[in-house]
Amino acid sequence: MTKPMDQIGWREIDAGAVITEPGNASCYHTGTWRSQKPKYDSNVCIRCWRCFVMCPDAAISPNFDKNIFTWNYDYCKGCGICAYECPVDAITMEED
Amino acid sequence: MAETAKNKVIKPIKNFSLEEYISSGHRACQGCAEVLAVRHVLKAIGPDMILAMATGCMEIISSPYPLTSWNVPWIHVAFENAAAVASGVESGLKALRRKGRVPDKDVTIVAMGGDGGTTDIGFQALSGMMERGHKVIYVCVDNEAYMNTGIQRSSSTPFGATTTTSPAGRIKPAGQMTWKKDMVAIAAAHGIPYTATACPTFFTDLQKKIQKAKEVDGPSYIHILSVCPTGWRIPPNKAIEYGQLAVDTGVFPLYEVEKGVWKLNRKPKELKPISEYFKGQGRYRHLDEKFTLEIQDKITEKWNKLVKLCE
Repeated sequence: MTKPMDQIGWREIDAGAVITEPGNASCYHTGTWRSQKPKYDSNVCIRCWRCFVMCPDAAISPNFDKNIFTWNYDYCKGCGICAYECPVDAITMEED
Repeated sequence: MAETAKNKVIKPIKNFSLEEYISSGHRACQGCAEVLAVRHVLKAIGPDMILAMATGCMEIISSPYPLTSWNVPWIHVAFENAAAVASGVESGLKALRRKGRVPDKDVTIVAMGGDGGTTDIGFQALSGMMERGHKVIYVCVDNEAYMNTGIQRSSSTPFGATTTTSPAGRIKPAGQMTWKKDMVAIAAAHGIPYTATACPTFFTDLQKKIQKAKEVDGPSYIHILSVCPTGWRIPPNKAIEYGQLAVDTGVFPLYEVEKGVWKLNRKPKELKPISEYFKGQGRYRHLDEKFTLEIQDKITEKWNKLVKLCE
């Protein structure tokens, strides 16, 4: 896990400020920005993938074993796109 | 409804990668459709790519040092030279391959810029890239103003939109008083093999176009309308809906130019009135009847012209 900027000394920085670890921004949890939280009802869901496809934060992932979609609340910013775009209203936004 | 839903099973989507090449944890605003567009572009291309990106929203949100959201090789370049750097990467790879220094593997070179980095500042580098014929996909993610610095006008801002540097007032009653630069026509006029417009609301169309651009031999230009809830003053959950409205009202038609042949990809039977698209957008709130009619006339005229071109 990468340290925050203010804890890194200049000796630890790679030449040319190259970042060698891909995708390390995932250590930053954008879920703290959220004021509303999506709630998922698997009984209503028709498994059309629209929420997964339209999520800008890639916080939704399919769980093939349990046959449901799961939300990663570490990254979900609570924008509400999934709830608004859901064709059968299986997702509702509630206060976090 | 509930009974039928219970029997539904999640099936994998055809031709759709589940791999994420832009990781979660990026700092985009809530409901950003631009990062959604980037997500689909990367999914369509796959892991074998090198991405040169101009300064702009997507660069700011994805790489606050020492973090990066990119799971693909990515280079940050200044505002004006994303296309120039991509050309250099492409030529360099070609030379190294000839000398046998790098394995002979198909690598896609992508240059990406916002509307400022494409239509204003990076314009001459882009024009040079297209003229020299480098095999690069140039993707412009257009949110119609300089959003990351606080909503300043660019030459891609449409007529009537208010921004902080083109505020609606006594002298300029409509806000932005000039029309949007037709970047796709300019790119097509270079005679490059593939040019297209896309919108993340129509993600299958977007991915298909990117894959087509990947196949062609030569430069290609994809112009993507990406709704910006912050700059357009709309609620974050409506970003996808406004993409749909932009296409259905004819503000942003989906079309492609393949080897000089124009083709409409989505043709609504009847265009929706422009007021439906303006409604709810804070940047158009000041517009009165007269300006709405004026814009409607211009949009219809442009649409008819495009339909004629695509016949």
